[in-house]
Amino acid sequence: MQTIDASGMLYRDLNELIRDSVSRGVKEIRLINVNGHRYIGDGLAKEASIIIEGTPGNDLAAFMEGARIEVHGNAQDGTANTMNGGTIVIHGDARDALGYSMRGGEVYVRGDVGYRVGIHMKGYQDMNPAIVVGGKAGDFFAEYMAGGIMIVLGLGLAPDEDIVGNYCGTGMHGGIIYLRGEVAPEQLGKEVKVVSLTEEDTCVLDGYLDNYCQYFKVKREEIDKKPFCKLLPYNKRPYGNMYAGW
Amino acid sequence: MSLKSYVTPSFLIERNKERCIKCKVCVQQCANEVHRYDEEDDEIISEEHQCVNCQRCVTLCPTGALTIRKNPNELRQNSNWTAEAVRAIYIQAETGGILLTGMGNDRPYPVYWDNILLNASQVTNPSIDPLREPMELKTHLGRKPDSLSIKEGKLQKKLPPQLELELPIMFSAMSFGSISLNAIKSLAEAAKQEGTYFNTGEGGLHRDLYQYGENTIVQVASGRFGVHADYLQAGAAIEIKIGQGAKPGIGGHLPGEKVEREVSETRMIPEGTDAISPAPHHDIYSIEDLRQLIYSLKEATNYEKPVSVKIAAVHNVAAIASGIARAGADIIAIDGYRGGTGAAPLRIRDNVGIPIEFALAAVDTRLRQEAIRNQVSLVVGGSIRNSADIVKAIALGADAVYIASSALLALGCHMCQKCYTGKCNWGIATQDPQLAKRLNPELGAQRARNLLRAWKHEIQEMLGGMGINAIESLRGNRLMLRGIGLTEKELQILGIKNAGE
Repeated sequence: MQTIDASGMLYRDLNELIRDSVSRGVKEIRLINVNGHRYIGDGLAKEASIIIEGTPGNDLAAFMEGARIEVHGNAQDGTANTMNGGTIVIHGDARDALGYSMRGGEVYVRGDVGYRVGIHMKGYQDMNPAIVVGGKAGDFFAEYMAGGIMIVLGLGLAPDEDIVGNYCGTGMHGGIIYLRGEVAPEQLGKEVKVVSLTEEDTCVLDGYLDNYCQYFKVKREEIDKKPFCKLLPYNKRPYGNMYAGW
Repeated sequence: MSLKSYVTPSFLIERNKERCIKCKVCVQQCANEVHRYDEEDDEIISEEHQCVNCQRCVTLCPTGALTIRKNPNELRQNSNWTAEAVRAIYIQAETGGILLTGMGNDRPYPVYWDNILLNASQVTNPSIDPLREPMELKTHLGRKPDSLSIKEGKLQKKLPPQLELELPIMFSAMSFGSISLNAIKSLAEAAKQEGTYFNTGEGGLHRDLYQYGENTIVQVASGRFGVHADYLQAGAAIEIKIGQGAKPGIGGHLPGEKVEREVSETRMIPEGTDAISPAPHHDIYSIEDLRQLIYSLKEATNYEKPVSVKIAAVHNVAAIASGIARAGADIIAIDGYRGGTGAAPLRIRDNVGIPIEFALAAVDTRLRQEAIRNQVSLVVGGSIRNSADIVKAIALGADAVYIASSALLALGCHMCQKCYTGKCNWGIATQDPQLAKRLNPELGAQRARNLLRAWKHEIQEMLGGMGINAIESLRGNRLMLRGIGLTEKELQILGIKNAGE
């Protein structure tokens, strides 16, 4: 394990150090005093584990292919942007546009997430990206979602708090959303419908929920107290009939 | 209930029966199923409603028996309610659909290139004969430093990454999906042979094209289709697509019908789903956010590749370009309102954006005023129709041009504007394997190369005529340009004098 103290360091220098270490074959890197450093793990296509103490900056793990990143703190905007593979575990909250166009890998957030999370996430062949959120999500959750799995647990919500914001699943045309609890119809985009879970869903959920419980030391019984609902798009081609040939 | 269509055929097909030998080439060639052989009557019948006037049957008819002309059938003359205006309403009343079209804006707006004249040397500063004297067209695209520090003949600081072009012409972004793999292979091979670049558009990079990586600009658009680490590493440069001249401000989507296996694998989306590119990048809501994506891409590729940002030419393009330069882009690509497309809403294509000539002049002027012109290279497109347009563009301030419609014409496109149907009879804008194989990539590459070489020679001739022996000396040299038939205001925006001045 290599430890890098990021205090007072520019992001570019920090990321260069990380890239160098990984290419030298270092398998585990611990970054301490991280304070807003952007692009950590950006484009990282090798197996490596990065542990971050502090608050990483925007675009954490953008274009990442296979590494594992664990954040002991909050993450900011754009985490897992266009990520293709790997795992991110965030022991705090994450903010806007988490998992934008993500195509592979898994992201676990212990707490809440911001706006536009999982926007345009897509699955492809055996790539099935997943985001698991422990708390609640903001508006435009899973907008344009084209594939993959999004799970929101709503743990620790106040009785009057909503699990997702407005326009959830607007333009969605693929993938599955699981929400633990209920969602008001007016919060949903008009392209999605609420359906009940099948046995297969329960199996799929099990794996992700067990991981969540293991990563964040949460008791599975706590999660199982409340049933999930499932959101699916009506159609994989929501805009198929909009045009007339000139 | 389906409504009876009031739309009459746009074209008439005239078959010279004396010439027609009933060989059925027209029947086999037309993907729109216009021509049909009636066995009983031993006759070929043409259903004109489906005809898009792509000229495939006309060109391939061995006896020259076919002519396609505009349908002379006319509504009562009306300068306000033209036949096109009426037709649009009939179509929309029948379908309720947004009118969709292909290729670039075809409205009779002024083409400013045609109102600009080039200079030539006479007596003083004699002209140069490019056949006998060296003539340099080599162009470097990328950020240039404010100053160079040289010690003992060596550069003290590494230059930012540059693209090296043997001639200031690149093939503009066209995705696999919007055009066939054979069309892309043609352009990729031509780019490699002539020392320039082709651009993937937002369709990803097909596995057969990785061998052309050194001549590839890989695009990252709002849908992020086919974007992954190897893809970013494969290209010589990365282009962030913000906008496109044919449809500024809106996204795009490739209909599920065109997402067959190869397209699906390259875009990394399931077969048959619509590939939806949202209008904005959802991680870019400001210049600061754009900077973030630029640097995210630079970090992902170790600062080894120039990053281009492509925008449509719109009203405030100069201020936007200044922001893009300050956001850290190495290249700004600007696409004028005549830029082509595989599919765009008709009203957007024909009514949104500004001419590239004005946009280019405004951006170059603004970046010079702000003393940041050296920080970015300017590439313009939409539309460049010939080598004279290129020479004028460079004199107005462009570093290089992007061509796409011209390149497709070279491959055999006949401008029927029906790219969005996927039934391109010339094998270009289609994913139908039967149609796509009509375009042989080797012959396509030869045509595209020939075009580049012809234009290269013409550019050299024009430069030589001006007494200039390097394209660098023409760049932003607006004294080489004069306007004709332009207003004071137009001349002022273009920053050129009137002919005779």
